[in-house]
Amino acid sequence: MYLGRVVGRVWATVKDPGLASHRLLVVQPLTPSLQATGKRLVCTDAVGAGAGELVYWTKGKEASFPFLPAETPVETTIVGIVDTVNVAC
Amino acid sequence: MLIARVIGDITATHKHMSHEGQKLLLVQPLELDQTTPRGDAVIAVDTVDAGQGEIVLLVTEGFSAMTSVGRPDSPIDLAVIGVVDRVDLVG
Repeated sequence: MYLGRVVGRVWATVKDPGLASHRLLVVQPLTPSLQATGKRLVCTDAVGAGAGELVYWTKGKEASFPFLPAETPVETTIVGIVDTVNVAC
Repeated sequence: MLIARVIGDITATHKHMSHEGQKLLLVQPLELDQTTPRGDAVIAVDTVDAGQGEIVLLVTEGFSAMTSVGRPDSPIDLAVIGVVDRVDLVG
């Protein structure tokens, strides 16, 4: 999984029926020191994350598993809201 | 699989139910010299009770990660599945 911050939202009226009712959030990947790294991407949301929140997200087929038994055509999904990041070295 | 160093952990109260009770480690993937970083640090589920600073074995694909955690059909794409004692490279 990967650290990130919710920095926006995508609205799409016309979309795959499997995406109906799903929120599409824009996520900026972060390093453990919370610096931006890499490009922003669009994620679905399995935990009710909000704008500006620190989250962690998963990618690949696993990203669709929170929505089982529905077969949702997604590849990146927010699966947790991060409370603390502890980096010791 | 990759090797990585445990550099910390994260806590998350609100997360997918399959992550409940799991320790979420921050690990820095490494080249096989065990010092050169290989990409950005990632968050992996700990299945071996790895400690801070240890060199570990990291699976980076969903099926193996989920299998090691024992939670199929869960949104887990990275897991720590071993603590590395030694890496021998020929040449």
